[in-house]
Amino acid sequence: MEQQVATFAVKKGLAQMLKGGVIMDVVTPEHARIAEDAGAAAVMALERVPADIRAQGGVARMSDPELILKIMEAVSIPVMAKCRIGHFVEAQILEAIGVDYIDESEVLTPADEAHHIYKHAFKVPFVCGCRNLGEALRRIGEGAAMIRTKGEAGTGDVVEAVRHARSVMDDIRRLQNMPEDELMAFAKDLGAPYELVLETRNQGRMPVVNFAAGGIATPADAALMMQLGVDGVFVGSGIFKSGDPAKRAAAIVKATTHFNDPKILAEVSRNLGEPMVGRQISAIPEAELIAGRGW
Amino acid sequence: MHLNMKIGVLALQGDFAEHLAALERIGVQASTVRLPEQLEGLQGLIIPGGESTTIGKLATAYGLMEPLRRFAERHAIWGTCAGAIFLSKDAHRRQPLLGLMDIIVERNAFGRQVSSFETDLDVPALCKVDPQDRPFHAVFIRAPLIESVSGTTQVLARLPDGRIVAAQQGRLLATSFHPELTQDDRFHRLFVEMAK
Repeated sequence: MEQQVATFAVKKGLAQMLKGGVIMDVVTPEHARIAEDAGAAAVMALERVPADIRAQGGVARMSDPELILKIMEAVSIPVMAKCRIGHFVEAQILEAIGVDYIDESEVLTPADEAHHIYKHAFKVPFVCGCRNLGEALRRIGEGAAMIRTKGEAGTGDVVEAVRHARSVMDDIRRLQNMPEDELMAFAKDLGAPYELVLETRNQGRMPVVNFAAGGIATPADAALMMQLGVDGVFVGSGIFKSGDPAKRAAAIVKATTHFNDPKILAEVSRNLGEPMVGRQISAIPEAELIAGRGW
Repeated sequence: MHLNMKIGVLALQGDFAEHLAALERIGVQASTVRLPEQLEGLQGLIIPGGESTTIGKLATAYGLMEPLRRFAERHAIWGTCAGAIFLSKDAHRRQPLLGLMDIIVERNAFGRQVSSFETDLDVPALCKVDPQDRPFHAVFIRAPLIESVSGTTQVLARLPDGRIVAAQQGRLLATSFHPELTQDDRFHRLFVEMAK
């Protein structure tokens, strides 16, 4: 038999290998090495972390391929990179330079206000954000091989990450208890493909790996999301906007593994230095919130 | 059911839940291992796929390296992908390795994720658990190759071009690919036989 590349099993498979791990935002090769040394399962290569994108404003675009390539050379773990929602040419460029995963991300300024990228057309796998199960299943329908709950990136406030994870878990629990004759109307309400609703019900979980993102800043935040039932965590601004990135990164990795062991969580939470300066989401004007981007 | 047989799955990072599900499908009791004391009472251990650097660092931080080496003196261990790297003597890179198997591995030997692939392999050793000689469908994710084997290590599977992707040395088993990502449980049954 010939070798088959870029199958959905292979795309989904890399996300399965990242489970129980931490994916860290890095803006330089040095950051990437610190992340790898701390035990990151993968890194997200970008020019500015979400907290800076938020602070500086302007249009946020795909990062310079040169920077991404330098980060790819610096580490042996998988490297992800972000493209704008709907910007399939940025995605083509990221595929051409060989990144391991593309994040079609609301953190960047959307390029299309109606459509996401048709991700089945690519060899490289995609991860996409969601606020609820319907949004997740629409993205999977378009070809996403991994999902992350969105949270509110660049805030250091975990409240939206919790809301989105709880919303997804709640919909899955409802689905499992639902009689078959109500499934079609439920799929219609979610705005999700019926077949994927059925698959979610049969598996009792999201059909692809589901991480949490957006606002995770401490080991306790990471363990909180794991106990809520996600498969792993993305940490963006929370590490390199803190006082001691290397130490905090290693602590969050340990907390993600030992998420159910409060003694270890207490141990790794000690003496981490200053956390990132957070922004309370309830105090941010609605127009500045980014989780609502995505259709 | 395999009475009195309990297999652990190292759950520091990676697709350990997929291995637990595969063991459950074949009726073997299984538990997760994150700390040394959780090795007690196990007849075998699976080290899953994941990132070998992450798994190595966490194993070192929580004092698992020596207990795992001692465990291997009496019991079976199987490493898939990152697990196979972790079992090896040499991975051409400075990272924590158990160094239990006489194999040298090359990490990410096929390139980056866009080169990950699925293919069928001939694995004659699987006849021990299923006399029907059919190919094994193997999923390779940013996979390592087993560059060379030495000592008492035997090759169990090769790609059509001859490169080694599965090997066994006594009660130690290494596969470059992920049997836990398929519904074919023959490798899991072979490992349970090795652990008896």
